[in-house]
Formats: sequence, C-alpha cells, structure tokens
Amino acid sequence: MSQNPRNRSPRALVGGDPEATYMLRFDGRDLPAQTGQSIAAVLWSAGILAWRTTRETGAPRGAFCGIGSCYDCLVIVNGRPNQRACLVPARPGDTVTTQEGTGRADLAV
Amino acid sequence: MPTSPSDREADLVGLADLAVVGAGPAGLAAAVAAAGLGLRVTVLDAGERPGGQYYRHPAPGLGAARPEALHHDWADFASREAALRAHEAAGRITYLPFHHVWTVVQDRQRWTLHAVAGPEESAAAVHAEAVLIATGAYERQLPFPGWTLPGVVGAGGAQAMLKGGLVLPGRRVVVAGSGPLLLAVAGSLAAAGARVPAVVEAASYSGYAGQAPALLRNPGKIAEAATYGGALLRHHVRLLTRHAVTEAHGADRVEAVTVARLDRDWRPLPGTARRIPCDAVAVGHGLVPQLELATGLGCATAPAADGTAALELDARQRTSVPGIWSAGETGGIGGAQLAMTEGEIAAFAIAGVPVPAALVRRRARLRAFAAAMGAAHRPGDGWTGWLRDDTDVCRCEEVPAGCIREAVEDLGAGDARTVKLLTRAGMGWCQGRMCGPAVAALAGEASSSPGAAPDRRPLSCPVPLRHLAELPATEA
Repeated sequence: MSQNPRNRSPRALVGGDPEATYMLRFDGRDLPAQTGQSIAAVLWSAGILAWRTTRETGAPRGAFCGIGSCYDCLVIVNGRPNQRACLVPARPGDTVTTQEGTGRADLAV
Repeated sequence: MPTSPSDREADLVGLADLAVVGAGPAGLAAAVAAAGLGLRVTVLDAGERPGGQYYRHPAPGLGAARPEALHHDWADFASREAALRAHEAAGRITYLPFHHVWTVVQDRQRWTLHAVAGPEESAAAVHAEAVLIATGAYERQLPFPGWTLPGVVGAGGAQAMLKGGLVLPGRRVVVAGSGPLLLAVAGSLAAAGARVPAVVEAASYSGYAGQAPALLRNPGKIAEAATYGGALLRHHVRLLTRHAVTEAHGADRVEAVTVARLDRDWRPLPGTARRIPCDAVAVGHGLVPQLELATGLGCATAPAADGTAALELDARQRTSVPGIWSAGETGGIGGAQLAMTEGEIAAFAIAGVPVPAALVRRRARLRAFAAAMGAAHRPGDGWTGWLRDDTDVCRCEEVPAGCIREAVEDLGAGDARTVKLLTRAGMGWCQGRMCGPAVAALAGEASSSPGAAPDRRPLSCPVPLRHLAELPATEA
C-alpha cells in the first residue's frame, strides 16, 4: 500500500486486468464496462448514481443497499423492467434503460 | 393438479440429508463440515459466487490478482471454498448459486425448499431431511432528511459494490451511522482512492468501557480495531464520535451533509451543526438478522443486545422448530468468525457427532464480544429528533415521517404492522427491510418488548406468479 495516494483506485488495490472490456448501452450512451461487473457497477464507474424514478414523486434513485435487499436500483434491462441493477451481471450487447415508476407504463389504463 | 415440468431440479437433486440456505461464512462452513462428516448436502445461495456479503469478491472475469486486499481473514474463506469445490466434484455437495429460496415447507417427514433460480427466474425445488438457515443479515438504516438522494448509499452497500464491482460511489465519501463496520468501510474506501472527510459515529466508544471482560477475551478483535484505526490515521480520516449526519443536501445528488453532535440519547444538540461537502455518503447502523424464511416457519425469536430480533437457538444451533437449524447472523449479529464457528457446530450436531469443545468455547467468547458491541452501538431513542415531517421513512412507498406520526399519534397505531396497514410503510418492494427498524421506533415498539417479533412475510423475494400456479395442490 505504499503507492502515491493520487494513484489509488479499486483496481490498483486488487491488481490484475479484466478478461475483456466492452461498451454497455445505457439510455442511448455507450458506457465502458469490464467483464464481471454488475449493471450498477458499470453505471457507478461512469459516475451515474440514478437510473430510476419513483412511482409517486418521480424522484431519482439508484443503488442503495448494494446487496439486493432494498430494490431501489430497479432498472429496465433489454426491455424487462424491475431488474435489480446491483445483482444483474452486465453482458455485452445489453441495453439498459432508465425506469420510470413501475416500468409498466404500457399497461396503464 | 399436474405437477411441475419434469425438468425441475428437484428431480435431479433428489433427497439431501441437509439443505443449507446461504453460502456466506456460516452456510459455507456448515456445508463443507457436514459433507466432511459424510452428509449429502445441497447448498442454495442467492449470490453468483460463494462468500455471502462478508466475502463478496469480484467475478473471475474482473481478473483481480489480489482479491484478499479488500478482506480480512481471506484464508478462512479460500480454504472453505476449495473444500466446497472438492466436495462438489466428489458428488457430496450440490451447490446451487443464483438460487433465491423464497419459502421452506414441511412435506411429510422432510422439507421442501422453493427457489427462484437464475436470471430467467425459473422455478426450483430441493428436498432435504434437515435445513440450516444461514441467511445472514442486511444493514440497519435510520432515515434522515435527504437520505433518498442519489449518492447516499448504505455503508455495507458501498463496501459490497467495491468488493464485488471495484467501484466507488464518489470521490469524497462521508461514512456515517454506528458500529464497527463503519471503520472497515472507511478504510476500504480510502485504500481504494476515495477521500473520506469524516467517519461520523453516533455512539461513544466509552460505551466499550464497561465491557472490558468481553474485550479482553478477544485480543484478535482488539488487534483488528487497531488495524482499522491505523488505516484511518494513515489516510487522514477524522473520527467524530457522538455525532450524526442529520441531513444530506443536494438537488439531483448529494453535495454536502450536515453533521451535529448528539446527546447521550442521540438527540442532536442545538448549535452544533456544521456542513461537510461531499459527493457521496455511506451510512448504516449495524446489521439486522435476515429472518423471513425462519419466521415463516414459525421459529421463535428473542430481542438481542443491539435492539434487533434474532432467532432463539439452543447449544446445538437448533431453532424452536424441529429439523430447522440456524447459524451466523440470524442468531444475533456477531461477525464472520462467529458465523463460521456456529456453522461448524451445527454441522457436527446435524451429523449426530459430538461437538468439539474448542468450537463451543470460541462461540461463547465471540458471542460475548458481539453482545458488548451490540449494546455499545444500540441506537438511542433520540434519533427520531432529526426526522422532519416531510422526510421519507419508507423509501419504496415514499411514506413521510409525518404520515407515520399521524398514524401513531392520531390513529392509535402502536406497532409497525398497524402502521403498515394505515400508511403502506413497509408494504413496498423491499418488504420493510429498509424502513422496518425506523417504523418500529416511530410506533413506539420497544424492541425489548416480547411483541416485537418480526412480521411473518410469506415470500422472501418476488416470486413469479407462474411458480405459485405450478405448485402441487398439497402445497398450494
């Protein structure tokens, strides 16, 4: 741990390299992703902390508990709403979309 | 009624001697010990990889050369994971990752565990003679104004995202709440390159003073604390005890927090508020045993020293329901070393083999330490003083504190369940995990009262309706 603090990073701490990197599609942007990261991890690494709006007030939300307990990080993955971004592994070719409310606006009457 | 499709995993797995729910420290230790004693074990775990939350580590694809850099006692995990793989190869353990068990039902003289499996959410069922519930814990949260802003994350959440995904929530992260986890989280975040302006601890470490006997029996824990303290010094992290984050500020994401000094009961003291700029907050107040499966089975609980409800277990790790065992945080928050010890004790007991005395002694020593820590960091009653009426307490259903106070003061609700029925607090996606302790406190539910047993929640995670439709008539 005797590195220069300015060079500290999660990767510097554990060393090594990802098997592969790719771009994850999020709301029409391409975000750099590393094999083995969850969708939430890819979004955090791009500085994105919110990818859902609440049903009642439309407030922004993202990952909170980080372990699949709180359901704050729900997001639309390849058209399927209500996926927990902190648990779902991101895969090359995935398309992730911000979720508005229930993510089921198509069912509105 | 026709049974489910014939390709159900249950048909492949057959009848196990023991089904272990959870592959964290307790479940993993229990499974490999039980397999070593000759039992046929099936392990079901919601995670992708064994290790649970404590030993959460990056997927192999991330290519971490030194995963142990983010962990204590990594060797304890690595040896057990190797044993798991060896037992799996030999057919003694069936390991089912990505299986979230949502209920356990008695089926004649055996147990059936139903799970939602994999990203496709398929149905799986496992049959076993005995069940060990090692479902661990999640973080205790006490709401404050602004806690729903993006950038405010659980302390355990920040730790999990760092351990599993090698990412940080921000560059300047205030770590706040109460409990020893805060020191570990601050140390990890700083080592990974974040600036940590302060660790804001609501309790006072003088609370340990009366616990000297339990501390002195656990020199390893003192050494661990010294390691954390050294890391904080090295990274120039300020430790503020008897302080709390009483508000997070920002429009779309957190930009600063207000920190205030607390009195003995955790009431913010007027005139002590100051602002600390930050772009993330990692907050948590210790852990809460995750008991849905156990309480669904009718297992008895008891109040623990930290104010949470934990399972009542006997010396052999048996719950009050014959055939159901438990180990680790479900029996009271106590950390990974205790969890592994209890998992091994349970394995010996389930196999009908005398439990080694050394394990029993270690459990007693670590339980004493856990009780001391739990008492020292138990939330003071005054914390609700930092809630405003418009502060959302239930994150899922967006129920503000004022609405809950109205249910309690005007409508006579005296417990979390009644508050839920009147306000929807605790009725959302997370099923009260995030707001439960706060709602119980606002409802005046003293956690030491015998009535404070957690709600029985029939499903421990969202279950597709088709799974329910497929259940045989006897179980439906």
